[in-house]
Amino acid sequence: MIYFCQQLLNALQLGSLYALIALGYTMVYGILTMINFAHGDFFMIGAFVCFLLVTFFQLPFVPILLLSMLGVSLLGVTVERIAYRPLRQAPRLSAIITALGVGIFLENLTLAISPYPKYVPEVLPNIIWNIYGVTFSLLQSLTIGLAIILMLILNYIVQNTSIGIAMRAVSWDKNIVPLMGVSVNRIISITFALGSALGGAAGVMYALAYPMIDPYMGVMVGWKAFIGAVIGGIGDIRGAMLGGIILGAVEIFSTSILPSSYRDFVSFSLLLLLLLVRPQGIFGRARSEKL
Amino acid sequence: MKSRLLFCLLLGCLLLTSCANNNPGSTVKIGLIAELTGSIPSVGASCKNAAELAVKQINTSGGIELNGKKYKIDLILIDSAAKPDQAAAAAQRLITQDNVNLIIGPNCSSNALPASEIAEDAKVVLITPWSTNPKTTYNAKTSTPKKYVFRACFTDVFEGHVLAKFARENLKVTNAAILYDIASDVLKSQAELFKKSFTDRGGKIVAMETYTTSDKDFSAQFTKIKMKKPDIIFLPSYYTEVPLQVKQAHRLGIKVPFLGSDAWSTEELIKMCGRDVEGFFLCNHYSPNSTNPITHSFVTLYQQNYQQIPDDIAALTYDSFGLAVRALQDANSIERTAIRDSLAKISSFEGVTGNIQFNGQTGDPIKGAVILQIANGKFNWYADEQP
Repeated sequence: MIYFCQQLLNALQLGSLYALIALGYTMVYGILTMINFAHGDFFMIGAFVCFLLVTFFQLPFVPILLLSMLGVSLLGVTVERIAYRPLRQAPRLSAIITALGVGIFLENLTLAISPYPKYVPEVLPNIIWNIYGVTFSLLQSLTIGLAIILMLILNYIVQNTSIGIAMRAVSWDKNIVPLMGVSVNRIISITFALGSALGGAAGVMYALAYPMIDPYMGVMVGWKAFIGAVIGGIGDIRGAMLGGIILGAVEIFSTSILPSSYRDFVSFSLLLLLLLVRPQGIFGRARSEKL
Repeated sequence: MKSRLLFCLLLGCLLLTSCANNNPGSTVKIGLIAELTGSIPSVGASCKNAAELAVKQINTSGGIELNGKKYKIDLILIDSAAKPDQAAAAAQRLITQDNVNLIIGPNCSSNALPASEIAEDAKVVLITPWSTNPKTTYNAKTSTPKKYVFRACFTDVFEGHVLAKFARENLKVTNAAILYDIASDVLKSQAELFKKSFTDRGGKIVAMETYTTSDKDFSAQFTKIKMKKPDIIFLPSYYTEVPLQVKQAHRLGIKVPFLGSDAWSTEELIKMCGRDVEGFFLCNHYSPNSTNPITHSFVTLYQQNYQQIPDDIAALTYDSFGLAVRALQDANSIERTAIRDSLAKISSFEGVTGNIQFNGQTGDPIKGAVILQIANGKFNWYADEQP
């Protein structure tokens, strides 16, 4: 039982990170029906911003988190303005290829600046609690807590604010919204800012939990978070959260039973199986209520 | 058309090679393959530093005298990016294009294995400073030792024995757990050899967990290991993975010590892990604070040049050059087969990492190992282990 609880906690920590990244995929998809394949690399940039802030400015945790989120959301908005907006009327395939290109550009830019894996020094005090034999750390609680809080904030913005209403409207029909006096470009920029900020937050938490970072770290993690988003039903906020956590749980429990080389095989098979049974994901309804 | 193009290419190659060889006889060409970029760049950096130091030392003292003629060393450095295919391509290029007399490197076994195959086929001596995998010097096709592949370090078999003996006899532990990278040949064989040697000595392996190269999360494995309550955890990982692993283990409340292999042995490891590796033991090729005068003078020279303490890769690279120079002198020739024959017959070479000898049959030297303990942010000598 203790063993199971401990593994569940491990799964929640890993799953929260996937969930935070999955939220970014889901938001952009919800608004633009475009898969932003560069999102995993936004996450990587978040981790590198965290590394720079820790190593050169020795900032404490909260400013690091906020500055990284700000930095990555600026990056997201810039990328959208430069690379995606000119292609909005182009076929969807062009947009996806551009997103892949942006991702490769970001990886190689980081690689060109410094090719070596970086070590992120510890920021949080190493506090460990032990309750009935189950161990959990400050970092673990912060990661899980932050993921839940950010998701609640995001959900509130989308459901209860005028920006959120505009977002849902844009997602529904991009051509009618301008007639109501709402700037579509502004709403899309805000969506990118929010989604990328979540990716930045995930980057910081990831860099603190797994303090070896490299320019390609976002590729695999990004794909997995994308799987999480698809499992939950891409375009749905609760779905992204749930999908991320399911994926984390599958990974942790498959590693605890099978050799770890089976892990990715198991999680990608899960995606295939789920898509066979329920192509729209857990919360997704075929073409309705996106975001 | 095609054949004319081919002809032009061939002609071009001929012209190029004849230009490259316009001054034959005055230099010995040594090719160096190092992991300068990729996953273990500090390995490549140490190797390059030590190689340049060795070459500078030989060349400023006038070079190597063979048959009454002075030869300078011409060092040709190629990056393998820690990738097996690039290491093989580098060996191929050094042999066919640069026409080297011998090759030193690559260091890590995953790179040394493919490079050694090419050197063996081309009959060019390859000395790997740091590859401990038994397969590097062993020809699986003919089931005999490779003729042209040598190493300056001990093998995993020896290291497994040393670590298991140390754990059982000095640390007096009975239950050990192992976490290793299933995708890395060398780390996998280190884990298996440790397991065999440890159980042979009456110990028990309570958990044998695996991960895959570039994994970041080890919480599932450590949670499993924790439940089995081992006295010690053997962790033959590279220095870029050790900080992730020991920190996650400590966050999960694991308090038992870890035992490391020679893959741990770089200063970077202590810098990154800090207090998390304090007091842990590892097996290594040499200790920089040894009292051996050869070791001492090398460490001083290296520190003067690079402002850091040389790690085992630097020491072994330096010894590889020492062995190469000795082989050249004994052969009294720069001919590839002659170098091989005299290298295989070196019966005693006093190097930075202790006495090295070859028995004429295999490329594996007969030499000792050291046990180091990490204390106060340094690797400290703890015990010597003789073959």
